[in-house]
Amino acid sequence: MTESGRIRVLMAKAGLDGHDRGVKVVARALRDSGIEVIYTGLHQTPEQVVAAAVQEDVDAIGLSLLSGAHMTIFPRILDLLKSEDAGDIVLFGGGTIPDPDVAELKKAGVAELFTPGSSTLDIVDWVRNNLQHKSHASA
Amino acid sequence: MDKDGALTPDFEERRDNPAGRERDFSFTTLSDQPIKPLYTLGDREDADFALDIGFPGEYPYTRGIYHNMYRGRLWTMRQFAGFGAASDTNRRFHYLLEHGVTGLSVAFDNPTLMGMDSDDPRSFGEVGRTGVAIDSLADMETLFDGIPLDQVSTSMTINAPAAVLLAMYVAVGEKQGVAASKLTGTLQNDILKEYIAQKEWIYPPAAGVKLIVDTIEFTSREIPKYNPVSISGYHIREAGSTAVQELAFTIADGMTYVESCVNRGLAVDSFAPRLSFFWNSHIDFFEEVAKFRAARRIWSRLMREKYGAKDPKSWLMRFHTQTAGVSLTAQQPENNIVRTALEALAAVLGGTQSLHTNSMDEVLALPTEKAVEIALRTQQIIAFETGVVNTVDPLGGSYFVEALTDEMESGALEYFARIEELGGVLPGIEQGFFQREIGEAAFRYQQQLERKEKAMVGVNEFVDSAPIDIPILRIDPDVERSQRARLAEVKTSRNHPQVAGALDHLSAATRREENVMPYILDAVRGYATVQEISDAMKVTLGSYREPAFV
Repeated sequence: MTESGRIRVLMAKAGLDGHDRGVKVVARALRDSGIEVIYTGLHQTPEQVVAAAVQEDVDAIGLSLLSGAHMTIFPRILDLLKSEDAGDIVLFGGGTIPDPDVAELKKAGVAELFTPGSSTLDIVDWVRNNLQHKSHASA
Repeated sequence: MDKDGALTPDFEERRDNPAGRERDFSFTTLSDQPIKPLYTLGDREDADFALDIGFPGEYPYTRGIYHNMYRGRLWTMRQFAGFGAASDTNRRFHYLLEHGVTGLSVAFDNPTLMGMDSDDPRSFGEVGRTGVAIDSLADMETLFDGIPLDQVSTSMTINAPAAVLLAMYVAVGEKQGVAASKLTGTLQNDILKEYIAQKEWIYPPAAGVKLIVDTIEFTSREIPKYNPVSISGYHIREAGSTAVQELAFTIADGMTYVESCVNRGLAVDSFAPRLSFFWNSHIDFFEEVAKFRAARRIWSRLMREKYGAKDPKSWLMRFHTQTAGVSLTAQQPENNIVRTALEALAAVLGGTQSLHTNSMDEVLALPTEKAVEIALRTQQIIAFETGVVNTVDPLGGSYFVEALTDEMESGALEYFARIEELGGVLPGIEQGFFQREIGEAAFRYQQQLERKEKAMVGVNEFVDSAPIDIPILRIDPDVERSQRARLAEVKTSRNHPQVAGALDHLSAATRREENVMPYILDAVRGYATVQEISDAMKVTLGSYREPAFV
């Protein structure tokens, strides 16, 4: 059970991508703003990311990808969330993702994508305005 | 001004009158080093010109490693390239050679960097995406098809499985009839900065260093014109470090390699002349020039005084430079051409031996041919139009540049002392020291951008809402499927007992802690794959997982 009322986010790196500057900066900005943040560490498989999200009972996954594998890994995580009955976990993310791909991923169910030049203030605002801490009444 | 050229109080008084008040602006370098309004001879009054600056081509090499620098030979214009299958990258190499590049540089895809084959499930979605996919010697033969290896020098950005790719390069040479002794180029092969910054690894740090010593020992004997290591600050800086951190951490890595080789029993002068470096050139012009000059001076002093190298070639820091990817913006991407030109100019005025200029679209995707051509032309304009190559170290003797060079050096020496207190680079990595220092610097910079204490044109200043509209290179999604098909074909057509035998020998040699290079070369010749070879050693060496530092 999480501390009441605090949004809980799993920040994740999936695939073989080692670029962790962005994910760490965002994780820290979210944490400094009072959001509960768990970081997966590098080189996780989509299965590991989803398992961690379910186990940690998070409200959202923030996935960072700078490897060009976004059109494979984002949809894979969406599928796994559905098959794990965890479709209520919101998936958002960021990285070097060209505009046409951003549009396609959003259509597929990724809630928001932050591309190069994004401000952590905007990311924090977005998380606060669009995520709600899950009610655990029935849990 | 007094007779020594130092700043005098009466000048400061005249300058600081109300009409001369400074505007409200933070006069600091990109790395937050405060900068004074004026530098004079007084800023270096304790310095000994001959001892600290001297002449180019002479100890301590502050002004450059050659007497005549670019009047003798220009830097190598070396554009990093790799995407898709080996045949795609081979076409890009031919394009670059036709347009005047003077050296090749291979970018490998993430699976190759991690020692994995294209058919491993963990590689799905990543094959050929951020570099070229190489699984076996068959791919390497295609990559260099029509490129005689005795006529071109090749740099390979590969680290954890560097020994495997080096062996493949030697084997391609054999097929072309080019002896290993004739091969020239550079292997990045700097595993320490992987744990510190770039984060593409296979084995734990100590095992990674052991493999590097193996390749250094092997090349010094068999491929004497090849640089076995390119000790890299580039990725440390891209991960968010300051200029001083880049300088200090990289040279500390270099010292670790030197000490590891000496512990193996190699004489310092037998390998040190072939050690090379790789720096970032960021957007703060003078800070970068000072960093390059300080780097040469620090290294030569360490090699001569600390490690007792006698051969002057061991004292030289030869380096490659790449302009800063992180300085580029997705917004108004054409502006990146200007940023890259200024960064390239700093590298040239800092005395680089080779240079990669980033393309304007690299913040969005891998570069298109057109963008790469502009990046290369930028170097050609600097070399052939601007006149900056006409004299050696034109910024040498500038009060400001020399003072900043001194500050860079003393900042690095302070870090060396801290690293020594931690017990060296390997314990520092285990304790997360470097990772945290870099993470702090990256976070501080991001906050400064958001408070507009630092500017990025088009991002937090002079913003416009025009959509980003430049062509983007798209990787054919079919590349992954066809690469897996090619790999399957290689696996069925090779001599199975030969491959299995070579891999067994390699495993055994790894257990015996022998130099594994000859065994890897045998396995490669039989078309064993990158992953098969990496796995054969992993049994003994183990694998690495980083604690999740935030």
